[in-house]
Amino acid sequence: MILLAFIILFVAAAIGYVINIRAAQAIRDGGAPLHSLVGFHGMFSALVVLVPVFILILLWIALADPLIQRLVAASLPEGTFDGLGTGAIQLIMAEINSLAGGRVFGTPEDWKIEAAERLVGYERTADIALVVVVIIAVIALIAFARRTVIAEFRARQGSEGIMLRLMAFCAIFAIFVTIAIVFALVYETSKFFSMVPITEFLFGLNWEPQIPIRADQIAAEGAFGAVPVFLGTLVIASVALIVAIPIGLMTAIYLNEFASRRVRSVVKPFLEILAGVPTVVYGFFAILVVAPWLRSTGASLGIDVASNTALAAGSVMGIMLIPFISSFADDALSAVPQSLRDGALALGATRSETMLNVLVPAAIPGIVGGILLAVSRAIGETMIVVMAAGLIARMTINPLDSVTAVTVQIVTLLIGDTAFDNPKTLSAFALGMMLFIITLGINVLALRIVRKYREIYD
Amino acid sequence: MMDDLRRIERTAEMNDTKISAKGVQVFYGDTHAIKDVDVQIGDKTVTAFIGPSGCGKSTFLRCLNRMNDTIDICRVQGSITMDGQDIYDPRVDPVQLRAKVGMVFQKPNPFPKSIYDNVAYGPKIHGLAQTKADMDVIVEASLRRAAIWNEVKDRLDAPGTGLSGGQQQRLCIARAVATAPEVLLMDEPCSALDPIATAQIEELIDELRQQFSVVIVTHSMQQAARVSQKTAFFHLGNLVEFNDTDQIFTNPQDPRTESYITGRIG
Repeated sequence: MILLAFIILFVAAAIGYVINIRAAQAIRDGGAPLHSLVGFHGMFSALVVLVPVFILILLWIALADPLIQRLVAASLPEGTFDGLGTGAIQLIMAEINSLAGGRVFGTPEDWKIEAAERLVGYERTADIALVVVVIIAVIALIAFARRTVIAEFRARQGSEGIMLRLMAFCAIFAIFVTIAIVFALVYETSKFFSMVPITEFLFGLNWEPQIPIRADQIAAEGAFGAVPVFLGTLVIASVALIVAIPIGLMTAIYLNEFASRRVRSVVKPFLEILAGVPTVVYGFFAILVVAPWLRSTGASLGIDVASNTALAAGSVMGIMLIPFISSFADDALSAVPQSLRDGALALGATRSETMLNVLVPAAIPGIVGGILLAVSRAIGETMIVVMAAGLIARMTINPLDSVTAVTVQIVTLLIGDTAFDNPKTLSAFALGMMLFIITLGINVLALRIVRKYREIYD
Repeated sequence: MMDDLRRIERTAEMNDTKISAKGVQVFYGDTHAIKDVDVQIGDKTVTAFIGPSGCGKSTFLRCLNRMNDTIDICRVQGSITMDGQDIYDPRVDPVQLRAKVGMVFQKPNPFPKSIYDNVAYGPKIHGLAQTKADMDVIVEASLRRAAIWNEVKDRLDAPGTGLSGGQQQRLCIARAVATAPEVLLMDEPCSALDPIATAQIEELIDELRQQFSVVIVTHSMQQAARVSQKTAFFHLGNLVEFNDTDQIFTNPQDPRTESYITGRIG
């Protein structure tokens, strides 16, 4: 039925287009000078029909179902929900919905079957109502658009105005979604902090979130000090950056200034391939190649290396970040004007002196911006650490130890048994919130630096 | 009157040859950009290269400090000697040659460093100053020589990129003269500047002639006439005519030169 509504809408828009074009042509052929070209009158009609009815259908889709559910719930026998929790109410409604969909389990009570029949009836009525409303709306809008067709009507400005608002809405949409995400995070986080004091979370040195969700579970007592978790992320990200920054920068400098065209034409595609490898594959690489190698190397040196070390996860993450840093640094170095290069060379500077003393300092804001973006990627990276890092939070900065990371904890907390009135599950949102604040801060800083750098050379 | 004075100066100073080019050919890939150019550049003289766009005058200028070496596809043949020494000899390091043959570019290109560091950069990489005091002396002398000392002496720590276009170009000249070069190459040094800044630079070029041999590429024939003693006219990669500046402009020998200076080709 919704499909039918959309078909009616598009056909109506086409009809409105044709009607207005015909009408405008008639005026033009009658000798009156039109303000706007004929096509704009047609487009105006099509937009006037399309945009509001499209929004109407979308709203209908979003709102009809909850409304029907509510009507059905209200029509149930008095006192059905008395003394039941939200979970039990949801269960009853789910059963009614299953019955309405023809899936019958066991022998349902009669009042449930009645409710299911009512539900089916409401849905059918709603579908018919949607089609009827759409037909009425498009006829009214076509008529309205037809009446605007006179010689003086500014159809071009009219249709451009509608398009402009549409584009503005799309631009604002992303902002609204961001705000919605932040609200969802803040809401769940505040619930968490009403159960666990914020000071414990921020300064506590113990992270044992696996507390029982149901009474019959045996689990830890629970401790929500996030410091060791963030320390783990810090260790892994540091290892990653220690690997990625020198290699990435050297790569960029070499490719930009010293490499011959042939070397560049081979290395650049390889870097792009590296940038396109899914992080899950990096994870395999870490657990299947790097971690065993570190372990055997450690054993031959007499050092006890854990099987899921920060070093393995971090160094593989560093490899992932190499193309990221090198492409940013490459762009920044390429953006330094050729005239500066010539100026330094003409003074008798060698190529390396030119690079070190002139090009890198000139490109440093862009390079730093790229590194900061890499930092925020390292902190937020999930798959590699889920696969290669440990699960137990430890207060250590030894990269040969097993540590956990913020993203790993979020994943493990949200897998399996979850209950959104329990600090175990909610602590994932608090971690996510912290992560969001940190990466947001780093990104803002990075963008500021990059922008400042753009102002110099444009 | 002015012309007479100039002629006296010229005859008085037409002394030694600083740079001598013989049979120079330049190729960019398959393009033959410079064809068999012979030219003698005198010491303590301003030599102007004129000619229509794409005639090869800048390319030839860049042969004189081996800046063409930085372009992969560029090949230079023939001989260019400076004080009798072949500058394309394998024993000559182009890096050290460029310290002796300074260059100023079309667009002012100060480094994004302070005014002081811009000037001190060349002396620093060539080890010309042992102490900070030595360096201060070199920087001040260079800025004075480029006639910009009085404008910047109170803000030597300010970034060089913050100066006006004309000041930036004089800073670049100061930077070039700071390495104590013997020859100064200028590739259209005034084409990005307004008339007032241009006049200042031209005045400066005339003063620089006291110490250096100056080679200037210019699009402006008036500028060539004003600042140079010798003029070389390039056309399609050939050196068409090379003579005293007043001869070129008053009594050109080649019909192509005459067409160019009267505005018929170019």
